[in-house]
Amino acid sequence: MRFEEEYDVVIVGAGPGGSIAAREFAKRGLSTLVIERRQEIGAPVRCGEGLGEVWMKKAELEYDPTWCLQEMRGAVLYAPNGKPVKIPTDNKGYVIERKMFEKKLAAQAIREGAQYLVKTQVYDVIKDEKGFVAGVKTKGGLLGARDFKAKLVIAADGVDSQTAKYAGINTFNPLSEVDSGYEYEMAGLKMDDPHMIHLYVGTEIAPRGYVWIFPKGKDTANVGIGIAGDNQQTAKHYLDKFIASHPEIFEKAGAYEEKGGCVPVGAPLEKPYADGLMIIGDAAHMVNPIHGGGMGTAMEAAVIAARIGAEAVSRGDVSEQALKPFADEWFKERGEQLKRVLKVRKFFEKLSDDDMNYLADVFINDTDLLLRFSDGDKFSSAVKLFAKHPKLALLAAKMLV
Amino acid sequence: MAVKADRDKCIYCGGCTAVCPVNALTLKETRIECDASKCTDCGLCIKFCPVGALSKVKKE
Ligand SMILES: Cc1cc2nc3c(=O)[nH]c(=O)nc-3n(C[C@H](O)[C@H](O)[C@H](O)COP(=O)(O)OP(=O)(O)OC[C@H]3O[C@@H](n4cnc5c(N)ncnc54)[C@H](O)[C@@H]3O)c2cc1C
Repeated sequence: MRFEEEYDVVIVGAGPGGSIAAREFAKRGLSTLVIERRQEIGAPVRCGEGLGEVWMKKAELEYDPTWCLQEMRGAVLYAPNGKPVKIPTDNKGYVIERKMFEKKLAAQAIREGAQYLVKTQVYDVIKDEKGFVAGVKTKGGLLGARDFKAKLVIAADGVDSQTAKYAGINTFNPLSEVDSGYEYEMAGLKMDDPHMIHLYVGTEIAPRGYVWIFPKGKDTANVGIGIAGDNQQTAKHYLDKFIASHPEIFEKAGAYEEKGGCVPVGAPLEKPYADGLMIIGDAAHMVNPIHGGGMGTAMEAAVIAARIGAEAVSRGDVSEQALKPFADEWFKERGEQLKRVLKVRKFFEKLSDDDMNYLADVFINDTDLLLRFSDGDKFSSAVKLFAKHPKLALLAAKMLV
Repeated sequence: MAVKADRDKCIYCGGCTAVCPVNALTLKETRIECDASKCTDCGLCIKFCPVGALSKVKKE
């Protein structure tokens, strides 16, 4: 493998965002290098591995049995009192095998002509005389310390993104705006319906968050939790408590993998670009703040960024102004919606267990509305449903405008 | 000032580095590094850690 000193595009991070961006840039004939800290793309996993088919379509990904493990046809949401609310949907999805998924994405990009450099850490950006980001500095890996010049740098380096910070952009996540996530992958579970994702809410179960069971097969699943980052107790504490209190599911179960991580559930970064730099995915907090899903949004942003970025590179203008259409388009397509979803999250986090039980009873007759509402849509119809409950009505009037 | 990760507990998810306000923490594949010259002992990372692997480094 021969690496150049200069590329049209250097992408930091080979997650779903980075690899889809790499494929899209390479496809347009730009010389593209992806630099990844990990020695094995795909592992370790920090994810519940739930992916809707709509996102696969947006990223032009076909069904692939090596990573689309288990088809999901909806969700069952359990209120704090244990009452299940079944939410079937036509928008199916999969629980995927992310270790394989990320490798396949990298392979696609490589086939289009992108180069990958693994086990290599980016530790700074290079700036040119105009102050434009013009490359990155690396250490470790096969090549050791190197400078890679680039016409355009893409920061796809996840929630702990440093690349944008090296470039002087504040991507800091306050504790209240992140979820602390922890998860086991388990076998031997007893699940009612292994084609539904199972979600458990409640202030005692998962403060400002939820416990999930995402089946990967008949008796295997990701069993995880996300809680507010500033909680006094650890995420592991709550998840272990949940598992211990549900012997009907877990009596014969055991874990064969531990995973965890940070989910940026605050507002998306207002300005995910700078001269010579675009920021996509978790690095720009492009995550659904209610469920914490971010693979799809990262890939969607990658597709937009690559189209706008490739044009900018070929015109020889990678200034802020030239890259701004990426943000405009992304906010129109997704960012504005995510901001409304954030309002719903903030509304939900004010609820007591009793309130949630009440809502479950109300929404059970219109789960389609619940889906739309938690997607940041149909605020006024949802607010009408709360009218008979003074606290909820007041909260909704205040928070859902 | 600095924090250290208990390597027996740490699952190197890197979440702590995402909530550090002064960029003192870096994940190096399977190891958390803390730059003692930047760390302000604010404790946010300790609070965040999903498995409770972080603690303050006691001064001599
Ligand atoms: C517990 C948990 C459960 C989740 N469950 C789901 C789910 O079910 N569905 C879903 O859609 N999303 C889920 N998410 C969120 C999802 O994992 C992320 O949103 C998604 O991975 C974002 O993709 P990305 O490409 O932006 O970043 P990442 O996938 O984080 O990729 C970033 C890459 O950059 C590399 N990198 C970082 N810094 C450097 C550096 N300095 N130099 C070189 N390389 C670097 C990293 O090693 C990594 O490979 C979950 C997250 C957590 C923590």
